[in-house]
Amino acid sequence: MSAVGALLRKDLRLELRTRESVPAMTLFSLSAFVVFHFGLQRSSLDGDLAAGVLWVTLLLAALLGVGRLFVTEREEGGFDAIRLAPVDPSAMLVAKALTLLSFLAIVQLVAVPGFGILLLGPSLLPALPGLLAVLALADVGIAVIGTLASALAVQTRARELIVALMGLPLLVPVVLAAARATAPLFSAGGASPPPLRWLGLLGLYDLVFALVAYAVFDYLLDD
Amino acid sequence: MSATEPATALELDRLERRYGERVALRNVSLSLPAGSTLAVLGANGAGKTTLLRVLAGLLRPNGGTTRVLGHELPREAPSLRGHVGLLGHDLLLYQDLSASENLRFHARLHGVEPARGEELLARMGLRERANEPLRSLSRGMRQRVAVCRCVLHDPELLLLDEPLANLDPAAAEAVAPLIGPGAARIAGGEPRTRVLVSHDPAPAVAQADLVLGLRAGRAVIAAPPDALDDDEIAELYR
Repeated sequence: MSAVGALLRKDLRLELRTRESVPAMTLFSLSAFVVFHFGLQRSSLDGDLAAGVLWVTLLLAALLGVGRLFVTEREEGGFDAIRLAPVDPSAMLVAKALTLLSFLAIVQLVAVPGFGILLLGPSLLPALPGLLAVLALADVGIAVIGTLASALAVQTRARELIVALMGLPLLVPVVLAAARATAPLFSAGGASPPPLRWLGLLGLYDLVFALVAYAVFDYLLDD
Repeated sequence: MSATEPATALELDRLERRYGERVALRNVSLSLPAGSTLAVLGANGAGKTTLLRVLAGLLRPNGGTTRVLGHELPREAPSLRGHVGLLGHDLLLYQDLSASENLRFHARLHGVEPARGEELLARMGLRERANEPLRSLSRGMRQRVAVCRCVLHDPELLLLDEPLANLDPAAAEAVAPLIGPGAARIAGGEPRTRVLVSHDPAPAVAQADLVLGLRAGRAVIAAPPDALDDDEIAELYR
C-alpha cells in the first residue's frame, strides 16, 4: 500500500505542477456543453437527452486524461523504476486508477454544476444525491478501463488512436448504464431515484474489469 | 560477504536475447565472483545496453541460462527486485519533480528511510539545489541525482552504463565512493559487484576483474584484463 501511496502522491504532485490533464478535461467539458447548447438549438434539456449529453461529454473528457495517464512513465522511466523496486507491479495499476479517479472527481466538480447552469432544465439540487451515486460507480468503471487502455496504448506509436479504439467500445456499457440511471434524475416532472438494475450493472461491470485489469496488468509491463 | 549472498554474482551460459528477428546478444557466457567488476566493451549497437537490461531483469533472455545474484532469470526476476542499482542513459527521474522529491519517491518504493536521499544529495554537493525542479539542473547535476537514486537502496549489484558521462572531474571524484572501484555496501561493508559499460576502454579495463568484449551481440572477449593486449580491445571498435 505504501507503493500505491507513493505513486499516487507523485502523480498528483506532477499534475499540480504541469497541469497537463485536469484543465484540458475541464475546459473540454464546458466547451462541449456550450456547443450542445447551440448545436441542439435548445435552451434547456431534461430526461434521456440531458443524461446522454452529460455522459457523452464526461466520457470524451475522460479520454483526454486517459491518453496522458502513462506518458510520463514511458518518457521518464517510471516503468523501469517500478520493475526495479521490490513492489508488486499492480501497485501501479491501482495508483493510476486512483489518479484518474481523482482527475474525474475534480473535473466533475466543475463540469456538473456547469451542465446544471448551461443546459439542464430541471434543478440540479434534487438530483444531486442520486447523481453522486451514479457518478461514483461510473467513474470507477471509467478509471479501471481507462487505466487498462492507457497502459496498452502507451506502448504503441498511435497512442491516442488506440485509446479511442480500445477504450470507447469497452466504455459504451458504462455510459449506457450511467445515462439510463441518470435519466430519471433529470426528469421534467421532478427527480426520481436511479433504477437499481442500472446501478447494479455499473457495479458488476466495475468489478469484472477490476479483476481483468489486475490479472493482465503485469503482462503489460513486461517487455 | 553476507551469508545470503552467493559467491558468484553473475553466471551466464550461452545467453541469447532477440528483438523479433534481430539477435542482440548471442552465446554470451561468463562467471563473475561477488564483489568484482566486469567491464563491458564494444562499439555502438554491440549489445551492451541490452545486456545490462537483461541483467537488471527488465528484458527477458530468449535462450541460455542467466543467473544474477543467485536468481535465475526470467523465472526469478521478481525476487531480484530491490537488489540491483541501474544507472543508464534514462535517468529514471521525473523532470518536473525536485531532486529531493524524486529520491523520496524512490525511497518509498524501496522501503528506505527518506533521510537517506537527503544525505546522499548532501554528499553530492546538491543540498542547495535539492528543491528545484530537476529540469532546471544541468545534465551533470541530474547525473549526480541519478547516482544517488541508483545507490539509495544499498544494492548488491550495480549496473552502470557510462556512469561518468557529463560529470566534471570534481563530480566524478564525488561519485567514486558510491559507484567507483571498491564502492562498499552500507550493510556489511562488502564491495559491491559492478558491471561497467563504457566507450572509453582504458579506465574501464583498469578497474575491471573481468573484461567482456561484444561485437554485434557476440562475446568475442571474456578474459581478465592482464590476459588482453591493447590491439584486441582496439579491434572491438573497428
